[in-house]
Amino acid sequence: MEHRRPDPDELLARVQEVETRKAQGKLKIFFGAAPGVGKTYAMLEAARARRAEGLDVVVGWVETHGRKETEALLEGLEVMPRRQLSYRGTRLADFDLEAALDRRPSLILVDELAHTNAPGSLHTKRFRDVEQLLAAGIDVYTTLNVQHVESLNDVVAQITGVRVHETVPDAALDRANEIELVDLPAEELRKRLAEGKVYFPEQAERAAENFFREGNLIALRELALRRTAERVDAQMQRYRLDHAVRETWPTAERVLVCVGPSPYASRLVRAARRMAARLQAEWMAVYVETPGHAQIADADREQLERTLQLAEQLGGETATLTGSDVAEEVLSYAHRRNVTKLVVGKPTEPRWRTLVHGAFVERIIRGSGEIDVYVITGSGEDEPARTRAAPRAAMRKRKFGYAALVVGGCSLVAAFLADHLALANLIMVYLLGLIVVAALWGRGPAVLASVLSVLAFDFFFVPPRLSFAVADTQYLFTLSVMLAVALVISNLTARVRDQAEAARARERRTAALYAVSRACASAGETYDVVRIAGQRLAEVFESEVAIFLPHRDGRLAAAFAENAPFASDPKETSVAQWVFDHANRAGRGTSTLPGSVALYLPLLVSTGAVGVLGVRPGGDGKPLDSERLHLLEAFASQIALAVERTNLAAEAQAAELQAETESMRSALLASVSHDLRTPLAAIGGASSTLLRAEISLPEASRRELLQSINEEAERLNRFIANLLDMTRLEAGAITVRKEWQPVEEVIGAALGQLDAALAGREVRTHVSDSLPLVPLDTALVVQALANLLENAVKYTPAGSPIEIGARIEKDCVVFEVSDRGAGIATGEEGRVFDKFYRLANGSAQPGAGLGLAICKAIAAAHGGTASAANRPAGGAVFSIRLPLGGTPPELRPEERSG
Amino acid sequence: MVSVEPLVLIVDDETPIRRFLRLSLAGEGYRVIEAGTAAEALEMIAGQRPDVVILDLGLPDRDGLDLTRDVREWSSVPIVVLSAREKENDKVAALEAGADDYLTKPFGTGELMARLRVALRHAALAEVPAGESVFATGELKVDLARRLVFVGGREVRLTPIEYRLLAVLVKHAGKVLTHRQLLHEVWGPEYGDENHYVRVYVAQLRRKLEEDPARPRYLRTEPGVGYRLTVA
Repeated sequence: MEHRRPDPDELLARVQEVETRKAQGKLKIFFGAAPGVGKTYAMLEAARARRAEGLDVVVGWVETHGRKETEALLEGLEVMPRRQLSYRGTRLADFDLEAALDRRPSLILVDELAHTNAPGSLHTKRFRDVEQLLAAGIDVYTTLNVQHVESLNDVVAQITGVRVHETVPDAALDRANEIELVDLPAEELRKRLAEGKVYFPEQAERAAENFFREGNLIALRELALRRTAERVDAQMQRYRLDHAVRETWPTAERVLVCVGPSPYASRLVRAARRMAARLQAEWMAVYVETPGHAQIADADREQLERTLQLAEQLGGETATLTGSDVAEEVLSYAHRRNVTKLVVGKPTEPRWRTLVHGAFVERIIRGSGEIDVYVITGSGEDEPARTRAAPRAAMRKRKFGYAALVVGGCSLVAAFLADHLALANLIMVYLLGLIVVAALWGRGPAVLASVLSVLAFDFFFVPPRLSFAVADTQYLFTLSVMLAVALVISNLTARVRDQAEAARARERRTAALYAVSRACASAGETYDVVRIAGQRLAEVFESEVAIFLPHRDGRLAAAFAENAPFASDPKETSVAQWVFDHANRAGRGTSTLPGSVALYLPLLVSTGAVGVLGVRPGGDGKPLDSERLHLLEAFASQIALAVERTNLAAEAQAAELQAETESMRSALLASVSHDLRTPLAAIGGASSTLLRAEISLPEASRRELLQSINEEAERLNRFIANLLDMTRLEAGAITVRKEWQPVEEVIGAALGQLDAALAGREVRTHVSDSLPLVPLDTALVVQALANLLENAVKYTPAGSPIEIGARIEKDCVVFEVSDRGAGIATGEEGRVFDKFYRLANGSAQPGAGLGLAICKAIAAAHGGTASAANRPAGGAVFSIRLPLGGTPPELRPEERSG
Repeated sequence: MVSVEPLVLIVDDETPIRRFLRLSLAGEGYRVIEAGTAAEALEMIAGQRPDVVILDLGLPDRDGLDLTRDVREWSSVPIVVLSAREKENDKVAALEAGADDYLTKPFGTGELMARLRVALRHAALAEVPAGESVFATGELKVDLARRLVFVGGREVRLTPIEYRLLAVLVKHAGKVLTHRQLLHEVWGPEYGDENHYVRVYVAQLRRKLEEDPARPRYLRTEPGVGYRLTVA
C-alpha cells in the first residue's frame, strides 16, 4: 500500500496554528438552540468541576436571569465586580475586561458571547473582549445561541420572524477549541418556560406566543444541531489531514457570490457562506464597479460597504472589479479563480430593463460553462424598500436644466440656418448638441436632450411648423430614426465619458500606489520611508496621516505626524499601541475602540506588526469606503515591507559593525600585548642587568643598556599616546575646534615635533605664501601631519628625502607628505589607514599601526578624507584633504602709527 | 652676592616620580624639598619660600589648577606644571591660571632642566627690572631700548604690532604664551577670541625673521596652546 505523506505546507500551517494556540487561551462555547436550554447552568457546572480540580476559576460575567438553580451554582466561585459606567444619565454595568486581564485567572467565565458592550467600552462587541482574553493566554468559557450566529442570522429571522441584531461572526465560533451543545427537546423547553424557569411569568407569556412557538423551537434546534455537526465534520477533516487519511478528499470547491448595492445582497452573502461551509470551500464576494458606479447614491454605496464588510466578517474574501459589462467581468473573474459555484440574486429589475440590457442572470448562466450557477431569491417583504438618495437630486436637476438649454440653443441655431439648409441637415445641429450634453453631463440628461431634440425638431421645422402634427408620414420615420440615433449617440458618448472618468480615478490611485512603493523602495532609512509614505498618503486620501513605529521597548511613538495633531493625543496613541500589540485594526469605523478619531491599521509583515498607520479622514469626515480601505491596506503593506526592509538593513549593518568590532578587538588585543610587552621586556631586562651587582659591565655597555631603557620607554609612551588618541577620536570625546590659521604654521609645528627623527633627512616644504587662512583644529592636524611624517621616516630608507606641502584645491585644503621609499603594494592603498594595519615588509617596525588610522579619524572629524597613493617616479604620497568652508575672517588693517 | 643653589619644591603624590626628580635635580645641583599634597605644598611655599615649584596637577586633596590660582594671589614663585593631562585646553588652562610652563608626563630630564632654567631666569629678571636691554638668540637680536631688530646683523623693519608682539615674546623668552595672553597683551583685552590675529602676525614675523618660515627656529608653535620664543 502506498504510504501517503501529508502535504508539508499544510502540516506546517497546522503546526503553527497549534503553536499559537498553545500560547493562547482555550475557548469553550456552550452552544444552544434558544434561551433557557441551560447553557449558563451547564457552563457553571463545568466551571465548578474545573475548580474542584484546583484550577484558578473566575466568573467574569454571568447572567442568571434570576434563575434560582443557576444562582445557586455561583456560590463558592469567585465573581469579579462589574464595571460600572454611566451613559447619558443611566447607570450601566458591564464586564470589566481590564480587571480580568489584570487578575489573570487560568479560566474565566464570560456569559453571552453575542452581547454588545456598553458605549465607551474598549470593544463594541463582547466576542472581541473574549479574543483579547484568549490572546492573553486565559481560557474562556462562554455561551451562545444559534440565532446569534452571523451566517444563520437571516435563516433564523425567516423561521421566527424576529431579526436578531446581536450577532457573532462565524469565525469566532470556528476558533473555539471546544463546542458543547446544550440540547433540550422543544417540549421540555416550553415546559420550563411555563414553569417560569426561563423568564419571569409575565415575560414568559409573551415569549411563549412569539419566539417560543413549538415550530420555531424545533427549527432552531435543528439549526443548532446542524451547525454543531458541521463543526464535527470539519474536525474530522482536520484529523484526516493530520493523520494522512485520504480516502475522501473534498473536491476543491470555490464559491463566488455577486453582490450589488441592494439591501438584499446580505442575504446572498449569508447563503453563499452557508453553502461554502457545507462544502468546506473557500468563498468570495465580488462587486463589479461599472463606469456608472460613481453616480450611485451615497446610501447605496454605504449599503454596499456593509454587504462587503459582512462578507469579510463571515470569512469571505471580497473584491471590487471594474468593467463596463458586469456579467462578463464576473465570469472572467470566476474562471480566473477556478470558481465552481456561482451565487447570484434573482433579478429584481423591471422587465423593460431586462429587455434593454439583456438579462444579467441569463448571460451569466449562458457564459458559466462548467460553473454551477445558483440563483437565489433576493427580495423579501420584511426588507425596507430601496430609497433614492436626496442630496444629489439638486445637482441632477441642474444637469437636466442645462440639457434643455442646449436643445433650446440648438433650435435657435437651426432656425437661423433653416433657410439655407435642407431639413435633414438641421438634424445634425441637434445631434451635435446632444454629443455635448452626453459628454458633459452623462446619460440621463442626454436621454432627455434626445427626446427634447426630436420634439423641438418636429415642432419647429417639420411641416406644418409650430405644431407637433406631421404632414407627411415620411417624417414619422425620420423622427423615429432621429430618436434612435440620438439615444445611441448619447448612450455611447456617456459611456465613453464614464469609462474615461473611472479610468482616471483608477489611474490616480495606481499612480499614487506606484509612487509610494517606488519612493519606499529607494528610501534608505526607515525615517525616510515613513516620511515619504506619510506625505503621499495624506495627499491621496486628503486625510491626516500618522505613522507610528516602536521603540526598542515596544512602546510606539509617532515617526511621522505632519499636520496630524491627533497623533499627539495620548488617547489616540494608546489605540495605536493596542493595534500594534494585537496586530489587528482598530479605531474609527471598526468594532474595536470605534470612538477614536482615526482608523489604525497595523503595518504587518510575516513576523508581525512593524508599526501602525493612523488615518483620520479629512473632508466630510466619513469613514473610508471599502475601495479606499483596500487601497489603504495596499499602502499599509507597501509601507510595512519597506519599513521591514530598512529595519533588516539596519540590523544587517549593526551585525556587520558587530563583526567588525569583534575583529578590531582581537587585533587590538594582539597589538596591545605585543606593543606593550616588547618595550616592557626590554626595559625590565636592561634595568635588571644593571642592578645585578655581581657582574661588572664596561662603561660603554652600561650606557647602551641605559640608552635602550630610555628608547623603549619613549616607544611605550608613543604607543599609549596613540592608543589614547584613537580611543578618544572614536568615542567622539575630542571635539574639533576649528580656528583660522596660516597653513605654514601647522606644517612648521608638525616638523618641529619630529626634529629629532628628521635629523639627517632632506625635508622639502612646498607652501606658497599666498595661501589663505584655513579653518583647522591645529593640535589635531599637527598630530595628523606628524604621524604622516613619522610614517614616512619609519618606512623609507634612512637619508631618503621627504616632502611636505599644502595647496588649495577647489574648496579643500590638501596636505601632502611624499617620500621616495618602496611605495605601497598595489591594492593596499585603501587599507593602510585601517587600524592595526602594517605593511607586510614593515612588521619589524615598532608601533601599533595606529598612526595612519589616527590621521584618517582626524581628517574625518574635520569632514575631510585621508588617502594614499604611489608616486609615478617611486615612493608614496599620503594626502589629507580638509574642506575649507566659509570665508576667512577679515583683519582690521594696522594703523600706521606708533 | 652669595650664590646659593636654588631651592626646588616638588609637589607630586607619586613617590617614584618624586624619587627620580629628587635624584636628578640633586645631581644638577639644586636643593630639593618635597610635598605629597596640596596642603603640604601651600605650607612649604609660604614657609620655605622655594625658588621654583614643580607641580603635578592630579593631587589627592585638591586640583593643581586651584592651587596655582591660590598661590598666584600672594606669590610670584615660578611654577612648572608636570602632568599626565596632555590635552591642549588643559595646558592652556594651567598657563592662564598662572603657571609659568607646562610639561607632559613622561618627559626627558634634559627638557625639564631647560624649563627650570628659563623659569628661574624670568624670576630673576622680574626682580631686576632694568635688566639687559638687548635680547639675542641665535642670529636674532632685539634691541629693546632702541626698538630695533636684527637678523644676522641685518636690520629688519617691523610694523608696530609686529614689534609689540615680538617684544612680548622676548619679555617671556623661553616660556609658552597662549594665544589669548598674546592677544590681550598686544592688541588689548577687547579682542576676545580672535586668535587668528595672533596667528597671522606670528606668520608675518616668521617671514621676516626666519630663514624657512615653515620650519621656524625662533618662533616655535605649541600646537593648540600658543607660541614660545626659543632661547639659545
